[in-house]
Amino acid sequence: MLELSSKIARAELSWATRLRSGLGKTRSRLSGLFSDRSVDPALFEEIETALLASDAGAEATRFLLAALHERASQGATAGQLKTALQAILVELLAPLEQTLDLSGKKPCVVMLAGVNGSGKTTSIGKLARYFQDQGRSVLLAAGDTFRAAAREQLAAWGEENAVAVVAQSGGDPGAVLFDAIVAARSRGIDLVLADTAGRLPTQLHLMEEIGRIKRVIAKAEPGAPHEVWLVLDANTGQNALKQVEAFDDALGLTGLILTKLDGTAKGGIVCAIALARSQRPLPLRFVGVGEGIADLRPFAADAFVSALLD
Amino acid sequence: MLENLSERLSRIAKTIRGEARLTEANIQEALREVRMALLEADVALPVVKAFIERVREAALGAEVVGSLTPGQALVGVVHRELTALMGGEDAALDLAVTPPAVVLLAGLQGSGKTTTAAKLAKMLAAERQKKPLLVSCDVYRPAAIEQLRTLAGQIGVDFFPSAIGQKPMAIALAALDHAKKHYHDVLLVDTAGRLAIDATMMQEIAGLHAALKPVETLFIVDSMQGQDSVKVAKAFGDALPLTGIVLTKLDGDARGGAALSVRQVTGKPIKFAGVSEKPDGLELFHPERMASRILGMGDVLSLVEEARKTVDLDEAKKFAEKLKKGKGFNLEDFKQQIGQMRKMGGISSMIDKLPAQFAQAAQSSQMDEKQLRRVEGIIDSMTPAERMRPEILKASRKRRIAAGAGVPVQEVNRLLNQFEQMQEMMKRIQKGGLAKMMRGMKGFMPGTR
Ligand SMILES: Nc1nc2c(ncn2[C@@H]2O[C@H](COP(=O)(O)OP(=O)(O)O)[C@@H](O)[C@H]2O)c(=O)[nH]1
Ligand SMILES: Nc1nc2c(ncn2[C@@H]2O[C@H](COP(=O)(O)OP(=O)(O)O)[C@@H](O)[C@H]2O)c(=O)[nH]1
Ligand SMILES: [Mg+2]
Ligand SMILES: [Mg+2]
Repeated sequence: MLELSSKIARAELSWATRLRSGLGKTRSRLSGLFSDRSVDPALFEEIETALLASDAGAEATRFLLAALHERASQGATAGQLKTALQAILVELLAPLEQTLDLSGKKPCVVMLAGVNGSGKTTSIGKLARYFQDQGRSVLLAAGDTFRAAAREQLAAWGEENAVAVVAQSGGDPGAVLFDAIVAARSRGIDLVLADTAGRLPTQLHLMEEIGRIKRVIAKAEPGAPHEVWLVLDANTGQNALKQVEAFDDALGLTGLILTKLDGTAKGGIVCAIALARSQRPLPLRFVGVGEGIADLRPFAADAFVSALLD
Repeated sequence: MLENLSERLSRIAKTIRGEARLTEANIQEALREVRMALLEADVALPVVKAFIERVREAALGAEVVGSLTPGQALVGVVHRELTALMGGEDAALDLAVTPPAVVLLAGLQGSGKTTTAAKLAKMLAAERQKKPLLVSCDVYRPAAIEQLRTLAGQIGVDFFPSAIGQKPMAIALAALDHAKKHYHDVLLVDTAGRLAIDATMMQEIAGLHAALKPVETLFIVDSMQGQDSVKVAKAFGDALPLTGIVLTKLDGDARGGAALSVRQVTGKPIKFAGVSEKPDGLELFHPERMASRILGMGDVLSLVEEARKTVDLDEAKKFAEKLKKGKGFNLEDFKQQIGQMRKMGGISSMIDKLPAQFAQAAQSSQMDEKQLRRVEGIIDSMTPAERMRPEILKASRKRRIAAGAGVPVQEVNRLLNQFEQMQEMMKRIQKGGLAKMMRGMKGFMPGTR
């Protein structure tokens, strides 16, 4: 696990720096826009461009621009508009920032789901560290029985975290997760992190399967899974909206994780999701900012927005 | 939720119709719609802008021939330009060097490099009678090497072992040496995922390229990728002399606008498309289909092909025979049809491949997977006799069935109504082929309101 540790070192940059360097392009675009200029159609077009380029999507961009236009019509300066845009974005994203309370359930089961390669297994590795740091005991459940060496990958994260991993060779994901929960209960473990195989919303049999997996979990522990999080890759474009919808239909999501924010992708898709789900906001639980074990942060709307605009 | 271009343009086509020719003024609005549609398909903004200019020029010069309306002509121009931009060059892997021909795979984390390496090995072995060797230089992601080893085992292709303590360069050179000594035709080099802004890691792969002198350097792109595709593609293209692109996860429902972005930015051909997680899920890239997909114009071609692949032809024939003989279409058949629909990737993937006007009708009829399952549940609760002769279903039997399937009686009634409609339709399309039958089926699918 030496390599993994060196990777952690490589990822030691602070969250704000990483996020900001990752969001660099949007930032320079947006922040440059507002200085020393008059409020004219060109300004709005440039703001539109920057928002679209962040994957905010047509609808959220329209929404944000309309709100901004309203402020401008009240005679705002370009500088004031910048503050206004920031405020509007924070307002839009604030419902996604919610305190996570996993107390009172033992074992508490958190299940991760998502499309292929979005970062589920890696996020589990990071979450194990996060919750252990909070003084909880953790067990990992290798519910991806499909992908080649998915079990070995999770086992490596188990080793890195010095926590138990429950796995079976091949076999049925529901059965693995069932066993894991039983094991957690008998060992008095606080938290089970359940990995699942990646699947695309078009693979209806797999979307059905994951619904079944969830029901098996409920059989193993009444009330479980207590949290079901969709892991989204920040590089994803508008398809993320379909992913939210499809996984929510199949599982009843309780939250999101947004990974790979350390790259150049800006994660503006979160704005589109927040808007689409304004009636039933889905909390964005964590953001992933690297491949290292410590590269996970609780989502904070104003930090996210200032990294985007600042 | 996303309106597709066919819908947008058919709306505009109406506006434009009646005018003698395309003018700067009357295509303005249509081009704005094209712009929005491309953005919603995740084509990156700078690429969209350039494309719109191209279409504008092409459209203004184009004659509106024959019976076409100007609107149709414009749709044609858009589709043609998009196809041309994404295709053109020969897409086959170039392996014409003294063996071993090295193929290097590069891309972001999770884009599908390892899976694609295995798929390529399998394809080269099966279709071009090559003897490939697979090696992983991913010493970072836990169990990445093990993943490739497992895949190599699954497809029965040679694997060169490596370990996380080693340097990628050392692994690559040892593998190359091994490939030479053991007369492998092709060495496929899998690498770790990396961010374009990670200078150290970009240098690492540039170093691998310099040492291996690969004949093919493939950039692996996730078809779900959004606007950032341009930046990433540019950075990879700057760091490496790419020779081609592989677009993965096309079995999903992303519009896949990244294909156009990446093609434009790198100037390299898209050689293959990943269409499943399995080692045989690699296809040649079809620019025209991709254009239709990006535009949401309905990938009718691939729908038909898929139908041919997945639908049990024997079943279909038996079914057709039955219809011809004039035997009734019963609830058992109905259930089988649902099964066939599911095999084809289910309703939503089919809807996505249908042209807009059909897709809309299908969508608005709100048929979804849950309802399909309920319908199956209802039919399952019937006795064989009831399935064969639904006319015997009276109130008490319906109550029993409803209780068995856990649905209200109204739902059983609704199903029976739909079934009757479907029977009607079956009569009408008895002489039609499979495709026609499917098209007919769609409108009358169970669960529709
Ligand atoms: N840069 C970066 N890479 C990540 C992050 N999260 C996951 N990854 C990488 O993305 C790839 C896929 O992750 P994995 O956990 O295997 O995805 P899964 O298929 O959803 O389980 C791996 O190479 C991970 O190292 C992140 O926050 N930042
Ligand atoms: N559905 C689907 N999944 C794919 C495809 N290509 C790769 N995957 C999956 O995407 C995930 C990441 O793939 P992997 O090859 O490990 O990516 P890498 O990190 O770039 O090496 C795995 O779960 C693969 O099974 C594809 O074409 N279709
Ligand atoms: Mg995984
Ligand atoms: Mg890999």
